[in-house]
Amino acid sequence: MNNKIIIEAKNLTLRYGKHPAIRDCNIQILKNKVTAIIGPSGCGKSTLLRTFNRMNDFIDNFNIEGEVLFEGKVINHSDMDPVEIRKRIGMVFQKPNPFPKSIFDNIIWGPKINGFIGNQQELVENCLIDAGLFDEVKDRLNSSAMELSGGQQQRLCIARAIAMKPEVILMDEPASALDPKATMKIEELIKKLKKSYTIIIVTHNMQQAARISDNTAFLYEGELIEYGKTNSIFTKPDKQQTEDYITGRFG
Amino acid sequence: MNDILSRRKLKAEIFRIIATISTWSSIIILIILLGNIAWDGLSKVNWTFLNNFPSRFPHKAGIKAAIWGSIWMLALVAIIAVPIGVSAAIYLEEYAKKNKLSRFIEINIANLAGVPSIIYGILGLTIFVRFFQLDRSLLAGSLTMSLLILPVIIMAAREAIKAVPKSIRLGAFAVGATRWQTIQSHVLPAATPGIFTGVILAMSRAIGETAPLIMIGALTYVAFVPENINDPFTTLPIQIYNWVSRPQVEFHHLAAAGIIVLLVVLLTMNAAAILIRNRSLKKYKW
Amino acid sequence: MFRQINLKEKGIEIFLSLSAFVSILTTMGIITILFAESFQFFKNVSPVEFFFGTQWEPLLVPKSFGILPLLSGTLIIVAGSALISIPFGVLTAIYLSQFASEKTRNIIKPVLEILAGIPTVVYGFFALSFITPILRSILPFTEVFNAASASIVVGIMILPMVASLCDDALRSVPRSLKEGGYALGSTDFEVIKGVLIPSSFSGIMASFILALSRAFGETMAVTIAAGATPKLTINPLESIQTMTSYIVQVSLGDTPQGGIEYQTIFAVGIVLFGVTLLMNIFANWVMNRYREVYE
Repeated sequence: MNNKIIIEAKNLTLRYGKHPAIRDCNIQILKNKVTAIIGPSGCGKSTLLRTFNRMNDFIDNFNIEGEVLFEGKVINHSDMDPVEIRKRIGMVFQKPNPFPKSIFDNIIWGPKINGFIGNQQELVENCLIDAGLFDEVKDRLNSSAMELSGGQQQRLCIARAIAMKPEVILMDEPASALDPKATMKIEELIKKLKKSYTIIIVTHNMQQAARISDNTAFLYEGELIEYGKTNSIFTKPDKQQTEDYITGRFG
Repeated sequence: MNDILSRRKLKAEIFRIIATISTWSSIIILIILLGNIAWDGLSKVNWTFLNNFPSRFPHKAGIKAAIWGSIWMLALVAIIAVPIGVSAAIYLEEYAKKNKLSRFIEINIANLAGVPSIIYGILGLTIFVRFFQLDRSLLAGSLTMSLLILPVIIMAAREAIKAVPKSIRLGAFAVGATRWQTIQSHVLPAATPGIFTGVILAMSRAIGETAPLIMIGALTYVAFVPENINDPFTTLPIQIYNWVSRPQVEFHHLAAAGIIVLLVVLLTMNAAAILIRNRSLKKYKW
Repeated sequence: MFRQINLKEKGIEIFLSLSAFVSILTTMGIITILFAESFQFFKNVSPVEFFFGTQWEPLLVPKSFGILPLLSGTLIIVAGSALISIPFGVLTAIYLSQFASEKTRNIIKPVLEILAGIPTVVYGFFALSFITPILRSILPFTEVFNAASASIVVGIMILPMVASLCDDALRSVPRSLKEGGYALGSTDFEVIKGVLIPSSFSGIMASFILALSRAFGETMAVTIAAGATPKLTINPLESIQTMTSYIVQVSLGDTPQGGIEYQTIFAVGIVLFGVTLLMNIFANWVMNRYREVYE
C-alpha cells in the first residue's frame, strides 16, 4: 500500500458515557479508494465513521480519546471548527434525508451558504449528472425533493454532498433503506465516483463491500480485527473471526 | 353461568352509555352557552354598538374603544412575546445541553404556565405600572400580558421545532452548515406552521384575559381610541366585565353583545390556527 | 485553513439564551415581589392571626386579617368544580380513547378546545345570567351571588383539561396490556376498570391536580358569580369570596399604595401562588414519571 493516506485514526477510543464503542483503533484510509467498513450490527462501524467528520459532536455524552488526522492534521480537538471539516468531508446517511425544498435548492444550499459565486445552474446540473440523476429530474428541478422515490432521494443526497467538492465522502449504509434496483444504481455510482473522491462506506452487506470496495476493514465489538485489500480479506483472511463472519457463521 | 355473563355484559353496556352521554354533554353545554349569549345579545350587535364609546346610557353604549384597545394590545403582545418566546424555544431545543440548568428552565416554564393569571397582574402592577411608572398604559398592559403568554408560546414553539426530524439537521451539518444556518434555512421554515398555530392560540389567550388587566388598573372609563403605547386603554373582556358587574339588565345585554364580538374574534383565530395546522400536515410528510 | 469557532454563531447563541432566561427572571420577579411586600404585611399582622383567624375584614374597622374565610371560599369552588370536571372529564377521556370513532373524536376534540378557550369572563356571565336563575328557581333561598353557580362554570371550564390529560394518560398504556385483559374474556368495562385505569392512575391523578390548581387560581368567573362576602361557610348557595376575587376587589377600589390594605393583596397572593405552584410542581413531577415508565 504505497498510496497517499488521507484520514488516519491513532489509538482511537470512543465512548458513549462509560460504554466504549470503539477500542484503541488504528486505521489509515487511502486517498481515491473505496474503503468499506464491515461488521455485525452494534460493532461500532457508524460511530467510527461519524468521528471522521465530527458528527458525534451532537451526542451529549460522547467522548473521544486518541487522534483523528485529516491530511496530517488532528481534527478531533475542540479548537478545530467542525464546520470547516464537514465542508471537506461530506456525508450520506442511512435514510435519504433531502431537505423539504426543491431539487435545485437541495444541491445549491451547501455551496451557497459557503460563499459560492459561480453559475448555480451549471453546478446543479453537473452534480446531478455526476450523481446519475440528471435525466430523471431535468424537467422538474424546481419541484420538491420529497416527491422523489427513495433511491432518487438518496442519489440527490449524494449530489448534494458532491456539490461541496469534498475530498472525502462518508457513506453510512447508504443503500440499506433501498430496494435492490436502487441499490445497484448507488453501487455503480460509487464505483464511478471513486475516480474523483475518497469514499468510506459502512455496510452490513458483505457482498456489497466485496463488489465495490478496494479496501475493507472488519470491526467486531469495537475492535478493528482486520484491515486490508478487499480481495484478500474476502479470499484469505488472516484472522479466524474475519473468516467466520464473512462465511456467515455469525453476524 | 350465563346469567353472570349477561350481567357483566349489561354492566359494560351501561358504562358505555354513561360515558357516551358524558362526552356528548360537552357539546350540549357549548350549545346552551352560545345560545344563551346569542339570545341575550344578538339583537344589540349592530353598527351603533360597534362604533360607539361606552356610555352610562345603555342604548348609546358601544365597544369601539374596547375593540381598538384589544387590537393595540394584541399587536404589542405579538411584537414583544413572539420573538422572545420563539428565541427561547430555539435555544432550549437546538442549543441547550441536557443538563441541570436546562432542566430547571424547562420545569420553570411549565410551572409559570400554571401560575394564576392574577399573579401576573400583581407582577405587572408592581414592576411595570409602579416601578417603571408606565402607569395604566397600553405598554404596561401589553408587557404584563406578554409575560403571561410567554410560557405558552415557548412550549408550543418547542413542540413544533421538535417535530422537525433530526435527519434534516444532520443533512445540513454534513454540507458544512453552522448551527444557525441550519436553524434558519431548515428548522425554522419547517417549524413555522406549528409555531404559528401555537402563537395564535397564545394570542387568543391574551385577547380573552381579564384579571391581569384589572390588576394594572385598566378598568377605567375610556371613551377614546388609544393613539400610542402610553395611552390608557380598555379591552373587550374588560368592557364586558364592566357591563356584567352592573345590576341593570340592559347592561347585561350589552355584555352579551360584547361577548359575541369577542367570541367571533376568538373563533376566527382558532379556525385560522386549525387551518394552518392541517395545511402543514399535508406539506411536510416526514 | 481551519478557523476558530465563528463569532456570529456565538453571539446568536448568547442572544437566544437570554430569551430563555426571561422565564427565570419572571419567576424571580414574582417571588421577590410577593415576598418583599408580604414581609411588610407580616410586620403588622402576626402570621398566626393571618393563617388561623376566622374573620377577613381588612377594609373595615376594626380590621381583621384571618385568611380562613377566603381559603374556605376558594376551597368550595375547587371542590364544587371537581364534582363536575372529574367525573365528566374522566368519562369523556375514556370514551374518546376507547369507544369513539375517528369521526366522533374529530367533533368532540374541537368542542373541548373551544370550551377550554372561552374567556373566563364569559363563563362568569354564563353563571350569572343562566345558571344562577336556574338554581334560584329550583332552590329559592339561593343567593344572587353564590358559590354553587361559580363552581359549576369553573367545573365546565376545567373539564377539557381533565379530559385531554386523562386521554393522554389512557393512550400511553401499552396496547399489549389491554389485549391481555381482553384475552382473558373481560368486557370493555372490566378492562377499563381492571387494567386501563390502574395502569394510568398516576397520570389521571396528575390531571386532577393540574385542573384543580387552575380552579384554585380562577379569577373572573368567581369574581362575577360567587360574590364578595368573605365567609367561613360550607353552604354553596351563599355568597362567598375567594382569594382571587379579594385581590380583584382591592385593585378595583381606591386603596392607597403602601397601606396595610394594599399589602394584603401580596399576602393573599403569596398563599395563592404557593399553593398553585406546589400543586403544579407535584403534578408535573408525577406526569413526567409516568411518561418515563411507558416510553
